[in-house]
Amino acid sequence: MNPASVPHSPLRAAPVPLPEQPLAKWLLIAVAVLFSAVFLLLPLVNVFYQAFSSGWALYWKALSEPDTGSAIRLTLLVAGISVPLNAAFGLAASWAIAKFDFRGKTLLLTLLDLPFSISPVVAGLLFVLLFGAGGLMAPWLEAHHLKIIFAIPGMVLATIFVTFPYVARELIPVMQTQGREQEEAALTLGAGGWRTFWHVTLPSIKWGLFYGIVLCNARAMGEFGAVFVVSGHIAGQTDTLPLRVEKLYYEFDPAAPFAVATLLALLAVATVVLKAFLEWKSRRET
Amino acid sequence: MSIELKNVTKRYGQVTAVEDISFAVTEGELLALLGPSGSGKTTVLRLIAGLETPASGGIFIRGLQVNGVPVQKRNIGFIFQNYALFKNMTAFDNIAFGLKIKHWGRQRVVERVGELAALLELESLLQRFPHQLSGGQRQRIAIARALAPGPDVLLLDEPFAAVDAQIRQELRQWLVRLHQDLKVTAIFVTHDQEEAMEVADRIVVFSKGRLEQIGTPREVYETPRNEFVARFVGVMNVLELEVRASVARCQELEFPAHGLADGQKLRIGFRPYAVQVSGDPAALRYPAVLRRTYFLGIMLRLEIETPGGLVIRSRMSKEDYSRLDLADGRPISFQIRAYRVLSKEGDPLANEVAATHQMPPSLGEGI
Amino acid sequence: MREASLTRSRAAGVESAAPSNPLPGFRLTLGFTIFYLTIVVLAPIAALALKALRLPWSQLWELATNQRALAAYALSLGASLAAALVNALFGSLLAWVLVRYRFPGRRLLDGLIDFPFALPTAVAGLTLADLFSSHGWLGQFLTPLGIKGAYTRLGVVIALTFVGLPFSVRTLQPVLESLDTGVEEAAACLGASRFRTFASVIAPTLLPAILTGFGLSFARALGEYGSIVFISGNLPKTEIAPTLIVMRLDQYDYTGAIAVALVLMIFSFGLLLTLNMLQGWAAKFQEP
Repeated sequence: MNPASVPHSPLRAAPVPLPEQPLAKWLLIAVAVLFSAVFLLLPLVNVFYQAFSSGWALYWKALSEPDTGSAIRLTLLVAGISVPLNAAFGLAASWAIAKFDFRGKTLLLTLLDLPFSISPVVAGLLFVLLFGAGGLMAPWLEAHHLKIIFAIPGMVLATIFVTFPYVARELIPVMQTQGREQEEAALTLGAGGWRTFWHVTLPSIKWGLFYGIVLCNARAMGEFGAVFVVSGHIAGQTDTLPLRVEKLYYEFDPAAPFAVATLLALLAVATVVLKAFLEWKSRRET
Repeated sequence: MSIELKNVTKRYGQVTAVEDISFAVTEGELLALLGPSGSGKTTVLRLIAGLETPASGGIFIRGLQVNGVPVQKRNIGFIFQNYALFKNMTAFDNIAFGLKIKHWGRQRVVERVGELAALLELESLLQRFPHQLSGGQRQRIAIARALAPGPDVLLLDEPFAAVDAQIRQELRQWLVRLHQDLKVTAIFVTHDQEEAMEVADRIVVFSKGRLEQIGTPREVYETPRNEFVARFVGVMNVLELEVRASVARCQELEFPAHGLADGQKLRIGFRPYAVQVSGDPAALRYPAVLRRTYFLGIMLRLEIETPGGLVIRSRMSKEDYSRLDLADGRPISFQIRAYRVLSKEGDPLANEVAATHQMPPSLGEGI
Repeated sequence: MREASLTRSRAAGVESAAPSNPLPGFRLTLGFTIFYLTIVVLAPIAALALKALRLPWSQLWELATNQRALAAYALSLGASLAAALVNALFGSLLAWVLVRYRFPGRRLLDGLIDFPFALPTAVAGLTLADLFSSHGWLGQFLTPLGIKGAYTRLGVVIALTFVGLPFSVRTLQPVLESLDTGVEEAAACLGASRFRTFASVIAPTLLPAILTGFGLSFARALGEYGSIVFISGNLPKTEIAPTLIVMRLDQYDYTGAIAVALVLMIFSFGLLLTLNMLQGWAAKFQEP
């Protein structure tokens, strides 16, 4: 079990249990619905309500500020680099782990979970210690006029660190349940390695792969702690959307941080909808 | 009369799982509910237990209607297909569970569990958890747990489906002996006709939610009431015949027309034991070739093929086989001594199934 | 297994390091995996270790255990524990309701469970701080009752509960779903009431999953920072360990930051280890 990869929600044909006391049943449902409405739905609604509380004009003003625009671009850039890299890693790692037996597999699996158990703030700190001023690599970086910390490369690295197990963790169980028979069948029919991968393995794991990418992307775009530590908070240069929200929080317009937050909230809605869709899809095909 | 079902029907939404079932179980009887999967046999068992509620009809235990009685109060022992042992409890606690519910004193509980453990040879396993036990051991714990509170009736859902062949054989004998010792009324569900034959006093055959026949194993085997029962219980050769020149034929095989006109069809069936085989290709009515011999322990099953390509199954003992000097590929001859009419064209009701027709000498005897 | 195949292929005179598995790409994918893992994860962790080894131990110890640091650990642990407990309770209830009952809006409720995970923590902190502030939708009713949810330790607990909830629900849900209903029926056949069945049969079976969910949301809460920034109001009384690390980094106090980070990592790894052991124990009872 790994802390960060949220397992699929399994609304399958559940077992039909013995009849329950209707009173107890509806009471429990009422408590669950009420709790979720207040604790989960209300915060989401509040984001949009507060964003529009000062009117459309101010909402658009907050969103059309150049610093917000650059935050959107940077968020997309960081996710655009880290998600494909982690997806490639996820494919390679799950292939090696699910399809082969080798010594040290358990150790590798444990290492894979490491980023889940390290606080994002500590993750950021790790990169500061490696690449920052006075860090281990600092002399070399200075000699080559490279800047990683308080710059975009550091933010990408930190994001990769906190999001790197998502795709692998999603794919390993999928590949493990599928076993090796299909690939072996393809090989006996004379297919080569890449052909087998493209035509046999990939189609059968595609929903799991998308699912992992969606989760990885949500975390990459929304990451705060790790990026916060390595960004250096340079407005218009090293602010992603979540960092922009934080900066606006300390400024005079109370609606502005909420306006930027609506973008991230929409991302969350899209993630949840996609997640449900992919679960439905993969269940239909098994 | 221990248990009685009167016109019981059960529906799941649009699907009728069990339709208008009536039968009675006598006190102390060991009854098998037999049928293919989806035939409604498990639903009937669960209806008796009170795990399902019938849409209509009445269920009676010892003369009392129990439709409204919840499962907790029916005093039944239920043995689940996959045991359903409580994983968080030891074998002892599993067996004692029902007794504790009934507020038995500690001393009595220990005594009763010990008694059952001795009966089922579980003494050394009582402190183990289910995950530390083998399949057969788990099954016996499940039986002990169901028996502990002294139920009026023991209900077993496919009790031997989840264990391997050898243990299954042992457990069957267990059940028979246990039933003889305890004289408790027991009903068990199975899809295995051999198991039903071997273990049960009487068999109830189900198909598609309907009760097809109820009777002793011998009755069900020898006088099946319809084609389904005839084919489901035991091996049967089935032939599609057409009447030509007042004789019902299937290739070279000939049977009486049973009152049908030329061009009409009928279906007949005969058991492998009704097929008489000779090693002399000219001794009996039809020539054929012995294609393959299957060894089923003491009995052998023979697959013989007529020149026209019909494959017919026969059976004989090892002794007869070697006496007749048979071998795969050998030319032989055979004849059919008795058969049943399963269905006739224009006559959907298989009213002749119960009757066994002896082959008339003109058609049955050698040339 | 791999070694056995090695000896066999050598004996046959074939030089091959591939395991006895006909599938291709083992060395390529494992090589890439290890390379990537080393660059992205192991190297930075090694950097921390090297850095820490070069620092004077006494100074490190002092910074890790001074008054302010101890207070931060206490709040981190206390608030995370409280949040995980709330999640164990409500998470179990939500999982039960979602798996066992059919009611209008069930799918919506199921989707809602994922929001704390999908919603960036900064947004969660922002909106929760507003909801519980004295003029917020919830705060305007709660503040007069003396319940202050924003800029207090209670606020920290609220935010940590929010981010950890999906872990509790989603850990329990599949276990509850695969629970053999036969076990409940068996208890009923033996005369047990619904409540008795729940207390003595269902609950003990679910306990490992509930504990695992508890541990996961606890671990998540221990490291959380994004949402806390907003709801804690950066007050000394609401300072958690991750906040302290950021504070010290802002003052270029690397030694101080490393000291707290080390302690936090020890907590996390200890928790991870406990969780793994819990899983092993739970697996025993989960087999059919």
